Order: sequence, then structure tokens, then C-alpha cells
Amino acid sequence: MALITYREAIKQALAEEIERDENVCIMGEEVAQYNGAYKVTEGLWEKYGDKRVIDTPISEAAFSGLAIGSSMLGIRPVVEMMFMSFSYVAFDQLFNNASFCRYMSGGLMNVPIVVRGPANGGTNVGATHSHTPENLIANHPGLKVVCPSNAYDAKGLMKSAIRDNDPVFVMENTLLYGEKWEVPEEEYVVELGVANVLKEGKDISIITHGRCAMIALKAAETLKTEHNIDAEIVDLRSIRPLDEATILNSVRKTHRAVLVEENKPYCGVDAQISHLIQYKAFDDLDAPIHRVSAIDAPQIYSKPLEDWQIPNETRIIDSVLKCLA
Amino acid sequence: MPSKVATQKPVKKSTSKTNFETLPINKKLSKEEKVGLYETILGIRRFEEKSLQAYNQGKIGGFLHLYIGQEAVAAGIVSLMEENDHIITAYRDHGHALAVGMGMNECMAELYGKYTGCSKGKGGSMHFFAPDKRYWGGHGIVAGQTPLGAGLAFALKYKGLKGCAVCFLGDGAVNQGSFMETLNLVSLWGIPVVYVIENNGYSMGTSLKRSSAEESLAKRGEAFGIKWDTCEGHDVFEVREAANKAMTYAREELKPFILEIRTYRYRGHSVADANHEKYRTKEEIETYKKNKDPIIVLKNKLIADKTLTEASAKEIDQRMKDEAAVSSKFAEESPYPPKSEITTDVYWTVDNDKDQQLKGTYFFND
Repeated sequence: MALITYREAIKQALAEEIERDENVCIMGEEVAQYNGAYKVTEGLWEKYGDKRVIDTPISEAAFSGLAIGSSMLGIRPVVEMMFMSFSYVAFDQLFNNASFCRYMSGGLMNVPIVVRGPANGGTNVGATHSHTPENLIANHPGLKVVCPSNAYDAKGLMKSAIRDNDPVFVMENTLLYGEKWEVPEEEYVVELGVANVLKEGKDISIITHGRCAMIALKAAETLKTEHNIDAEIVDLRSIRPLDEATILNSVRKTHRAVLVEENKPYCGVDAQISHLIQYKAFDDLDAPIHRVSAIDAPQIYSKPLEDWQIPNETRIIDSVLKCLA
Repeated sequence: MPSKVATQKPVKKSTSKTNFETLPINKKLSKEEKVGLYETILGIRRFEEKSLQAYNQGKIGGFLHLYIGQEAVAAGIVSLMEENDHIITAYRDHGHALAVGMGMNECMAELYGKYTGCSKGKGGSMHFFAPDKRYWGGHGIVAGQTPLGAGLAFALKYKGLKGCAVCFLGDGAVNQGSFMETLNLVSLWGIPVVYVIENNGYSMGTSLKRSSAEESLAKRGEAFGIKWDTCEGHDVFEVREAANKAMTYAREELKPFILEIRTYRYRGHSVADANHEKYRTKEEIETYKKNKDPIIVLKNKLIADKTLTEASAKEIDQRMKDEAAVSSKFAEESPYPPKSEITTDVYWTVDNDKDQQLKGTYFFND
């Protein structure tokens, strides 16, 4: 095992897949000669050259659409959105063309692209650069979406995403890029649709994804030491496909659930998870399901307030205590 | 008022006096190939007339954007496709579909929403596809196909294949941002794509003058260093001459090209466009039909060069009418897709999960 950053893990995945398959290429703004706005692709252009690592103009609609069109003929582009917020500029390409071409052709074609980039708030950049659109993506049948919370998952999910024959969005997080985790030296993949129980517990299930899973882990320590509450942390990893069994097994064990995500609450991912639990594990619940989401307003710029707006340890602990009250 | 004379002039004089059939690209056509062009153009017309009838009888729903009047454009360009060439278009896509060789049956059945349709009834009028014929749709959103066309051509270049992608768009699509972004990208990267602007003069109900500040649409290419040309779309031989130059240039030079083809649609934007005789005069439509109908123009030329006789032309017409009638019967008698089809063809991995290795839930119905 090597201790590497989330950023390095993604870069390793990209490099390994470029070497494995001649049709894999990376494109996006500043991904090549600039080494990536967040240095995720650092060194890849130098190593693999212009054909495989391609700088694009600031034209998300054009290069996303180009990637989709090329994938119809077997190219497997990995498109970087400097921020996932910028995918909105390419909405028609990603949410009509990538998602529906297969369906509208009656299955005659498929779109094996990856769209990756950071999708998070908490960075003091205001509302336009802080979107977490995994809910929006999951609302488009035809698209898949994963939210790695750590370096191991980031590498394994990225490799699965690139090998997948459907369009997959990989939602990264700028606040995780510099964090380190143990990652195996040998090759591995993390399958889509498999959640991960980050910590077992018996009192309550905290079901979460992305960076919130890491915050929930810390909250669980405090809950244990200060409140003697043994929380189980379920990290969804993959939003669509969704590992329903792991969610339901956890709730059936603890009988209580707090759902934590950085999405805005209205029609967020956890609205669906909440429905799932009440529908399939109604009799197992001892309390209403509680949710911790971003406070329901556009992302605020002011740093201390933004830190409060998105889920944090305090808000998670408060919610768990309420759910157990 | 500052004068706009310079931009209002046609950038290039019409060359419609030229006998395009005598130019090398057309002269080399065999008798069979010329008859084939006539069959394609006529087949599109008769198919669409039949579909219009079915629409008016309430048998076809949704939108029906007819290509009637523009047939020579798709027929001419498809006839130039080489082994590694691909095409893609917008929602007025029946003509291109039939031109690449899709059958009337599967196309008509798709309009009816039937299981035997080319997309199993999942796409409808605007979304015909035939990847085996290098036809990539059939796209419903104006200009949404323009980056995709660039992608097809990018893939050719990436794989080192000599060919081009032809991406059709309308005169309304040139005002979409995605198209302008794409023009910059394809010129910057040297992508062998030909953008064929089928300029029928109206973006839905808004005339060219009321929608585009500069009336020469192809000229916009100059801003991106892209070569361009214009031609008339009623004479399939003229279309072939201009498109051949454009496609050859793209293939040989690995560069994009914009070809603006002036054409005309006889029907409304879609059949639901009841106003189409309000935003233009009836005389305008009739004048075009009388002087520039692509079927009549081609028929006269083929009779003149003895490829056809009145009798053989009539025989072809009857055959196309019969084929269209058969397709309509086929569509009517075909079943609707079963309900289970709603959730197939969504994900490749789900459709191909023969040994049930796939993890997780993909569909979220109670």
C-alpha cells in the first residue's frame, strides 16, 4: 500500500487507462500543457503527448459534444470539467445527447465517455462554482454518476468509469485533492453500484456520499466519545447505479437513518434515498429519517457562513441526536 | 443609416446557368446511378406525402418536420459518401435516412411509434439512426448535432482513417452558440467535417432576414479561418458538384468546410406549423415549386440525356408510391413495443448483462 493523494490516485487511474487502451484520451481546459487547473493531469501531456492529452478552448458545449460524437466511433474520451458547475454550459450535449442517444436509437449505439471534475462547495467561490449536480445527473436515465470520497475509491471508480460502455460522471472534490489515503500498488477497480460501509455501528445509519462521508466519519468519532452513540457510516460511492441492498441492510440493523449530502435538499439524492428506505424498510424504522443537506439557498460566498451552509460535523451530530431523541 | 450594401450582396454569383450534369463528378455517373438519384429523391417525396396523410388521419403523432422541397440536398450528398464518411443531421431527418438506404418500412413504423420502427418506436420522427450505414441521426435540438458531427470527424482523424463527416444543419441553427463554439474548435484542431447549412430561408417562422444579421451564413466561417462555398439545392447535380469539392477538401486537407445550400421547404416548419402561409406568400411557394422543384428539374435532365423516358419516370413514381403505401400498411399492422421496452436500451451495460454480473439498481420504479 502507498499513501497517496486523491489527486494522485485519479492521475494514476488516467495514466493506467491511457496505457491500457489506445482509444482513451483526455480533453478539457488546461489539462495538457498547464497540467490541469487542479493539477490532476500533471505530467500526463509530457508523457503521452498531444494525441492523448488535449487542451481545449473554453467551449464546454463544443468539446463535450465532440467527445460524445467521437465515442460513437469508438473513442473513449475522458472530459474534464474544470468545475462540474461548467457542465451547465454544455447542458444540451451532456443531458440530451450523452444520455439519450442510445435510447432514441433503440439501442443501436452507445456513448462510452467519462465526464469528470470537482463538484463541491466549501471553497469560498460563490454560487456559480459550487454546484453538486449528482442529483441532476441521476435524474437522467442513460447517465451514471459516482462520487468518490477517498483516494482508493477515486482511482478504482475512475478506472471502472473509463471502461464502462455508458456515459459516467465522476464527481470529484477540490477539498479532497490534497488528502491522502492508502492505495494498493497493484491494479484494482471499484465496481459501479457498490456502496461501502466505512464504519460499522449499531445505533444509527449515516448514509452519505462524497466528501460528506469523511465528515460523517469524524462526526461518528465524536458521537462515540461524547455521546456513546455507535453510528454506522454507509458511503454510497455510486449514485446511479445505487446499492440499495447495503442501505437497506444498514437501516434494518440500526432502525434509524440520517442522510447526509452536500446537495441542496429539494429533490436532492437523499430525497430518493429517503423514499427508498420508507418504501422498502418502513417497518424497520424507529424514527423519522433525518436529512443534513446544504442549507437551501444559492451557495453563499462569505467563508464562515458557507462552512455552515454545507454539512459539517456539528450539523451532523445535531441531526443524529435529534433522530435518536 | 450606415449602408449594409456590402454584406447584403450575394457573396458569390449564382452559377445556376452552369450545366452541372456535364461536370466530371456528374458525368462519371452511370445510368443506374442517375436513376438511383431519381429514385431516392422521388422516394423521399412519396414517403413523406404518405406520412403526412397518416399524420392528418391522426395515425402519427408528435412532430413531423417534412423535407419536401429539399430532397436533392440529402440525395446528392449521400451519393458522394465514401467508405469512411459519416453523416449526421437535425430533426428534419427522413430524407437523409432514406438516402443512406434505410427502408421505408422501418422509417414509417418509427413515425407510428411501432416496435418495428428503426428505433423500436423510442425515437420518433426526429430521431432516426442507422450506424451501420454511417448515419448518426436524427437530433431534436437545433444545432445540438453540430459538436457531434465534429466528434465523428475527430474520431476519423484520431484513428488515422481518411474520410469526413458531413453534418447538416438549418439556417436557424447557425445562431446557436454550440455551432459557433464548434466552428472554432474544428478549425483550431483541423477536423475533417463539412457543415452543410440547408438554408431553406426560414428558421421555423422567422425569415432569414429577421434572424441573421449577416445574410451569408457560410461566410461566418471566415471568422474562424474556415473555407466556405454556397450553391443552389434544387439541382442534385449542382449539389454534388459543390459538396464533392467540400468533402474532398475535408478528406484531403484534414480541415473543416462550410457549404451553404439554398433550398426551400414547401410545407411548414412541422406539420403543426399552421402559419406557414402567413409568414411567406403562397406565390413564393408556388414559384419555387414551378421553377425549382428538385424532382421536376432532375426528371427533365434525365429525360433530356435519355436516362429516363416519360414512361420509365412514371413507372419509378408508381413504384415509390407503392412502396410508401406498403410502408404505411406495414406500420399500421405492426405492434407497439411491449411495456418492458420502456426500460431497455437505456444503458449498454444493462442490456448486455447476460450473466447478471452488474451491481446496483439502475431503475427506480416502485
